[in-house]
Amino acid sequence: MPEEQIVEQPAPKEIIAPGYTFGTVTDQIATVVLTKRTPWFWFAGFGVGFALLLVFLWSVAVLFAKGVGIWGIRTPVMWGFAITNFVWWIGIGHAGTLISAILLLLNQRWRNSINRFAEAMTLFAVACAGMFPLLHLGRPWLFYWLFPYPNTMGVQPNFRSPLVWDVFAVSTYATVSALFWYVGLIPDLATLRDRTHSRFARFIYGIMGMGWRGSARHWSVYETASLLLAGLATPLVLSVHTVVSFDFTVAIVPGWHSTFFPPYFVAGAIYSGFAMVLALAIPLRAAYGLQGLITDKHLDNSAKVMLATGLIVGYAYILEAFTAWYSGNVYEQAAMLNRMTGPYRYYYWTLVFCNIVAPNALWFRRVRSKPALLFVSSIVVLTGMWLERFVIIVSSLAQDFIPSSWSIFQATRWDWSTYFGTIGLFLFLFFLFIRLLPMISIFEVRTLLPQAKVEEEVQG
Amino acid sequence: MIKPIYGVIAEFDNPTALVNATRAAREKGYRRLDAYSPFPIEELTDVLHLHRNKLSLIVLIGGIVGGLTGYLLQYYVTVVNFPINIGGRPLHSWPAYIIITFELTILLGAISVVLGLLALCGLPMPYHPVFNVPRFALASRNRFFLCIEAADPLFDRDRTSNFLETLEPREVSEVAN
Repeated sequence: MPEEQIVEQPAPKEIIAPGYTFGTVTDQIATVVLTKRTPWFWFAGFGVGFALLLVFLWSVAVLFAKGVGIWGIRTPVMWGFAITNFVWWIGIGHAGTLISAILLLLNQRWRNSINRFAEAMTLFAVACAGMFPLLHLGRPWLFYWLFPYPNTMGVQPNFRSPLVWDVFAVSTYATVSALFWYVGLIPDLATLRDRTHSRFARFIYGIMGMGWRGSARHWSVYETASLLLAGLATPLVLSVHTVVSFDFTVAIVPGWHSTFFPPYFVAGAIYSGFAMVLALAIPLRAAYGLQGLITDKHLDNSAKVMLATGLIVGYAYILEAFTAWYSGNVYEQAAMLNRMTGPYRYYYWTLVFCNIVAPNALWFRRVRSKPALLFVSSIVVLTGMWLERFVIIVSSLAQDFIPSSWSIFQATRWDWSTYFGTIGLFLFLFFLFIRLLPMISIFEVRTLLPQAKVEEEVQG
Repeated sequence: MIKPIYGVIAEFDNPTALVNATRAAREKGYRRLDAYSPFPIEELTDVLHLHRNKLSLIVLIGGIVGGLTGYLLQYYVTVVNFPINIGGRPLHSWPAYIIITFELTILLGAISVVLGLLALCGLPMPYHPVFNVPRFALASRNRFFLCIEAADPLFDRDRTSNFLETLEPREVSEVAN
């Protein structure tokens, strides 16, 4: 009986639907990429993404021609939408790294069917995030001044500034995410190389797959490499949003200058990231009929992570109000009061509803088992998390110390077009990804099958 | 003169058969052999005695180099190359250096994982003799292969083929060089 064997990690039941074999798993995922027929919903999604991408390019062209004044950033709110969007996007990316790195280290095998597209989501979200600080520079073509390099001006970046830390954190994050994603793709690229009938595709996948042949010697190094990358990416992902929060906490602006921002930001990042994972997974699996691989169990687990991180975020909101009151600092108290009752109160209470009240529906299994409801709640959370960053940035800057310098932020149509433009960039890249690369890690899903287990107790 | 071949390859249709066959080949005394599978099989690592690899060491060195680079870069810039006195704070303000030191540790560590992986696997290698076996394309789908290479001292074209046949494979074929 196979039950008698000593199994160190009993696989959780029903990760993927029964009835799959190595061949059918491979074919189902690879066919999405290798088929000649592109489905209509791909064109629809890609079309929306491409249209918005053109809006983005148009906005950037206008920005280059006229300068950042086309946005609503005016003294004292000089950060406005740009930094809100930056923090929002980079937060979304965090779920991908969490799924690919932290859940790998924790041996959560259910992650195997969602890690690939979650990592792609990370990569594209970081690309969108990176746009904003660059465009916000005012002279984006001089972005390389952010890095230390020998130059004739005789000046160097200030390494004591969190904004410079951010440059290093985000560029490291983007690089490591890309490496992680690519290393994960290599065996699947080899599969595509072997499955395709087109000479051109075989050439391209062959080059990208680097001649992977599934040798046991290679797999052994590969497994070590995955673990090491996961081990490096885990502290990295926690550090990135910590460093992003330093942009705020190191400043003395009321409502920013607080020590609990790092964990609060990291939890919020994972919260919005899992919302994005659900918002992508639910339509994808329905459109491509992948319910057997991305099962209700995956949605349920993701919803639970969302609920847990949402509760941490809720706790942070309460603590934020409490410490403002308890600090005895009039500026802190006034900043908090202004958020709740001032000109941005509607945003504040909407975000409280979206991020603290609404997600409590996820306590109920009946909500978690309905993909449509999960989709709606993930959109609610994404909206709420965007509002959270907006309120933190704008309300604190708009009303800081001296009432005579206060001013209300008005977003212009270019603010909105740049923001929706990056959503277009994200969709554009994401739809290209699902058409050209396997959106589910084929080789890792194979390991989830019961047949993948070697049946005899092996003595070396 | 018969053209030299790369080895003999046997095809199996499940991981258990591959692991058993690999163990049998090891016990028979073959050492230059490799198993090919569509996903990592932990037991193969045991059977082939592949536990030690240098990747961790490479990554450790990469990480240390990254960390030193990060710290020394900042030290050089803020103390030697571009010293600015801000409010009388020390030029060598090490707490502020920690973040970038950390980030560069991770960055160079991750890059050395990937370069180390490629170096230890000898990739990229677009051509390899096993690709000459037409059915080997299934090694990335649902078939499991065991190849005994001609470089093995015990290798003999007929005897090795016959030995592989005794392991109940789906098929045994020769791998052209």
